[in-house]
Amino acid sequence: MTTIDEITTEVQSRFNEIETSQFRNQTRLQVPASQLLEVAQHLRDQHAFDLLVDITCVDYLHYRGATDRFGLVILLANTSESLRITLRVMLNEPDPTVDSLTPLWHGANWLEREVWDMFGIHFEGHPDLRRILLPEEFTTHPLRKDYPLQGFGERHNFPVIRRSEA
Amino acid sequence: MPITETTTSPTATDQQEYLWTLNFGPQHPATHTTLRLILELDGERVVKATPDIGYLHSGFEKIGEHLDYNQYVTVTDRMNYISPMANNVAWHHAVENLLEIELTPRCQYIRVLVAELARISDHLLCTGAMGLDVGAFTFFLYAFYQRERIYDIFETLCGARFTNSYTRTGGLSQDITPLVIDKTRDFLKTFPRTLDDMERLLNRNRIFVDRTQGVGVLSREDAMSYSATGPIARASGITRDLRKDEPYLCYEDFDFQVCCARTGDSFARYLVRMAEIRESLKILNQLIENIPAGPINVGGDERTALPTKEQVYQTIEGTITHFELIMSNRGFTVPCDETYAAIESPNGELGFYVVGDESNVAYRARCRPPSFIHFSLFPDLIRGHTLSDIVAVLGSLNIIAAELDR
Repeated sequence: MTTIDEITTEVQSRFNEIETSQFRNQTRLQVPASQLLEVAQHLRDQHAFDLLVDITCVDYLHYRGATDRFGLVILLANTSESLRITLRVMLNEPDPTVDSLTPLWHGANWLEREVWDMFGIHFEGHPDLRRILLPEEFTTHPLRKDYPLQGFGERHNFPVIRRSEA
Repeated sequence: MPITETTTSPTATDQQEYLWTLNFGPQHPATHTTLRLILELDGERVVKATPDIGYLHSGFEKIGEHLDYNQYVTVTDRMNYISPMANNVAWHHAVENLLEIELTPRCQYIRVLVAELARISDHLLCTGAMGLDVGAFTFFLYAFYQRERIYDIFETLCGARFTNSYTRTGGLSQDITPLVIDKTRDFLKTFPRTLDDMERLLNRNRIFVDRTQGVGVLSREDAMSYSATGPIARASGITRDLRKDEPYLCYEDFDFQVCCARTGDSFARYLVRMAEIRESLKILNQLIENIPAGPINVGGDERTALPTKEQVYQTIEGTITHFELIMSNRGFTVPCDETYAAIESPNGELGFYVVGDESNVAYRARCRPPSFIHFSLFPDLIRGHTLSDIVAVLGSLNIIAAELDR
């Protein structure tokens, strides 16, 4: 039985530039984008974080004290010992790109597609990075903070086929 | 029918021009909701299934960035509308984790009560609809009559049958009444007999077993790799249940089992769901006689839960608290930080990743939707099976498109 603190110390000693933080008993590791795949693989293989709970993203455009634009959130769980850990990757415009986690977990496929769809984060090595929820012809990424709640008029500009033309 | 090497092996699908492409959905009685599958068929056998989703995308996460912590609960109702109570509980569980609110014991018990009723109702719908799709109509009617009774309990509890919006930050919208207890007791007394009947209808029903056993087999490794949780993971042998592993609310007080199976086929998922209904009944039986007395909301001094109407109109403290919470420039004291909290919803781990920015409105409200994650399994589960097996697999996964697309 290992504790989450032992795991974070071990990961920090093995990889450089990893910052840890804690909030409400949840441990977060902030990982440089270049090391994400290695750190995730290390956590999966050495520390039995076998379940990829979720991949999501936060756009920190108007967030107080934020220095980076996007914060990728990867939630992992160790199902045998009920441990959880959060990986954070900070990304910036103009090229928010990070390695895909699909080689490690099949479940990353759709989750990463959703992040691409909603935030425009590019996942290097993803087998099928298409939009998932929005139509293919959509041009923006609506969960970014510079996208207004009402949209840019996509809905009003849908081509309407009238009865007489049909 | 077990998948054998010969049925799964059509490798170079592009070169096989004789393959037939068929659209399944988005409007199809067996999808139950709006989702679309593009199937490539070799005769009756599915060579490749490509899900195309997003027909019901309504931007719930974007709306979450514009509604305050109490308002957003109405949107969570509309995610998995089969068990809205579970979504309410999940959302406010995450918000309370962010605000660091310790609920009162009575509130915790009532939340477990509604969450377990929601679980029964969700499993009844899932197994019922699955039975309906493979031809067991009576079973479906039995299940839906019992669902009606759960709706009645919810209606007595909060006035709404379908979109309950029952929870509030730090408490509940209203207290439980003796009539709710009576109705729940009545339900707990008569439902087990119906459940016995339902199990007798399907568990050894030749047609049902033939159509579901060995269909859509999900191995333990695949379940883990595809992030499956809940009954689907447990049917494949993953003994993970957040109620046991990371006890939230007051689940530690109750004696219940985690139901698992090994085979991982549609039939196992059906059996796990039926067994979970029994365990939920066990929890409810222990709970209903032991609901602690006391307030349902956390104290007024903490300024986190809305005061009752009487308090607002008759006491100055109530008026002030109400004012402080409702005014757009006041509201909760929210830390500038982020947290993830999840509950074991009927369908699997339902969590919310909430980012607070010291204002009344979440900066980001991400929902971890179990339906979305489980639907990504579907192309692998159906490969090599026949067209008619699609409904058996789809039914056993319990895909709710409103949660799938959000």
